[in-house]
Amino acid sequence: MELFKPEFGLVFWMFLAFACLYFILAKYAWPFIIKAMEERADLIDKGVAYAQEAKSHLDNAKAEADQVIAEARKQQADILRDAAKMKTQLIEEAKLAATEEAKKVTDAAQVAIDQARKESEKQLRQEVSAYALQIAEQVVRQKMADDKAQRELVEKLLNEAGSKN
Amino acid sequence: MKKVITSVVAFAVVALMAFGYMTALEHAAHKSEGEGKLDPKELIFEHLGDAYGWELPFSHSNRIPLPIIVIDDQNTPHCFLSSAVQHGESCDGFYIAHEGEYKGKVVGKNAEGKEYRPIDLSITKNVAGILIAAFLVVVMVMKVRSWYKKNGMKAPRKFTAALEMVVDFVYVGTIRPIMGKEAPKYAPYLLTVFFFILTMNLLGLIVIFPGGANLTGNLSVTLVLAVLTFLVTNLTGNKEYWKELFWPDVPMGLKFPIPLMPVIEIFGVFTKPIALMIRLFANMMGGHMVVIVFTLLIFIFGAYGVAIGAATSVFSLAFSLFMLLLDTLVSFIQAYVFTILSTMFIFMAHPVHHGAEHNEISE
Repeated sequence: MELFKPEFGLVFWMFLAFACLYFILAKYAWPFIIKAMEERADLIDKGVAYAQEAKSHLDNAKAEADQVIAEARKQQADILRDAAKMKTQLIEEAKLAATEEAKKVTDAAQVAIDQARKESEKQLRQEVSAYALQIAEQVVRQKMADDKAQRELVEKLLNEAGSKN
Repeated sequence: MKKVITSVVAFAVVALMAFGYMTALEHAAHKSEGEGKLDPKELIFEHLGDAYGWELPFSHSNRIPLPIIVIDDQNTPHCFLSSAVQHGESCDGFYIAHEGEYKGKVVGKNAEGKEYRPIDLSITKNVAGILIAAFLVVVMVMKVRSWYKKNGMKAPRKFTAALEMVVDFVYVGTIRPIMGKEAPKYAPYLLTVFFFILTMNLLGLIVIFPGGANLTGNLSVTLVLAVLTFLVTNLTGNKEYWKELFWPDVPMGLKFPIPLMPVIEIFGVFTKPIALMIRLFANMMGGHMVVIVFTLLIFIFGAYGVAIGAATSVFSLAFSLFMLLLDTLVSFIQAYVFTILSTMFIFMAHPVHHGAEHNEISE
């Protein structure tokens, strides 16, 4: 049963072949292959990490952009609201100023009217009193034709004055 | 479509392999039938064993001649081709013994006319197979190496990528997790072992030249590999390892006055490589043997009639095909098992102090 009995020649050649194989591969191949594979694995790992970082940056950038836009929108809304407020305020102020002005004008007019009325009243009174005096003069002239009548009138006027007091 | 073609081609190749076994055995069987009787045992061991010269397919008598190198009892080397002694001739006084202790080996006659076995360093079929396997491993591994030299960080393609994947599987998947920082130091040896065994295993499954030599199913081959692992393990073993061997950390009663544990430990040092040797040998030889036995069934049953032989051949071919596929898997698994166990043994020869070990694990 030669299979179970180590054969010297075969052992010798096997050892020689393995030794040669080992020295060739251990010197020229395996260390380089292992190094290259590990370097590449590192490179891939780094690449993945870099990509993840870049992705998170990108995601952040989008969030930041969104934030900026939201802020801008808010500002816009504020500005619009301010503008609207200012507008109403301006209108109010204008209205107020106009009413004041109008009031002033009307007041002045009132004053003028009052003055004119007083003036005219005064004039009217003077005229009326002048007319009254004329009328009274004529009446008195007619009546004062006799003394009796004159006395009666004086009496009457005095009575009147006395009862008034 | 491509898949279908690939699977058809793969199936055809495997079927051809099984068919190859059949035709190879057929010639042998015919030869035996001429002598009157089919001797399955002899046939099996002829196919599993070594030979001078390499059989050609479809022909039992035509062989590729290989050099025979012998050193006779006068310490004179002789070198001639196996074709010179193949058919019973003798050359330089050497011939192939047909019976007796040295059956099938080159023998000579000494001064007293007695048959003796010279020191036989012939390039036999198995030696040639080993050299071919070693050459193929160098070519394959250098291909990966030159890829990195030429293309730097680019990922390899096709066959180089497949090889790189296997290197990655063995090194990153096995050696590095077990050995850690020590991995680069021992990886060249372990990777060489793995690829050499794998190549020899797979070459053994191919029926025709340059395959067909039952390399890892031969104890001499696995012996060398196991001895190498034994040497690497024990020559690199540190102080702690030797202390654990001769003065292990066990109660005093177990090591003095009767050194029970040291004996067990030292016994284990030798059983480990022996187990490695036997495991690879038995697995590969068993696989080859089963395929041959299934194929031989055709001729054994063929003797009882054509119908029985035809019916048997269908089952035999199916089973040997299945076994060949299984052996392909076993080829890889056994190469891997040998490597992973060698890794473990070598690593266990570098124990660190117990405290440090725990720290390392917790890291």
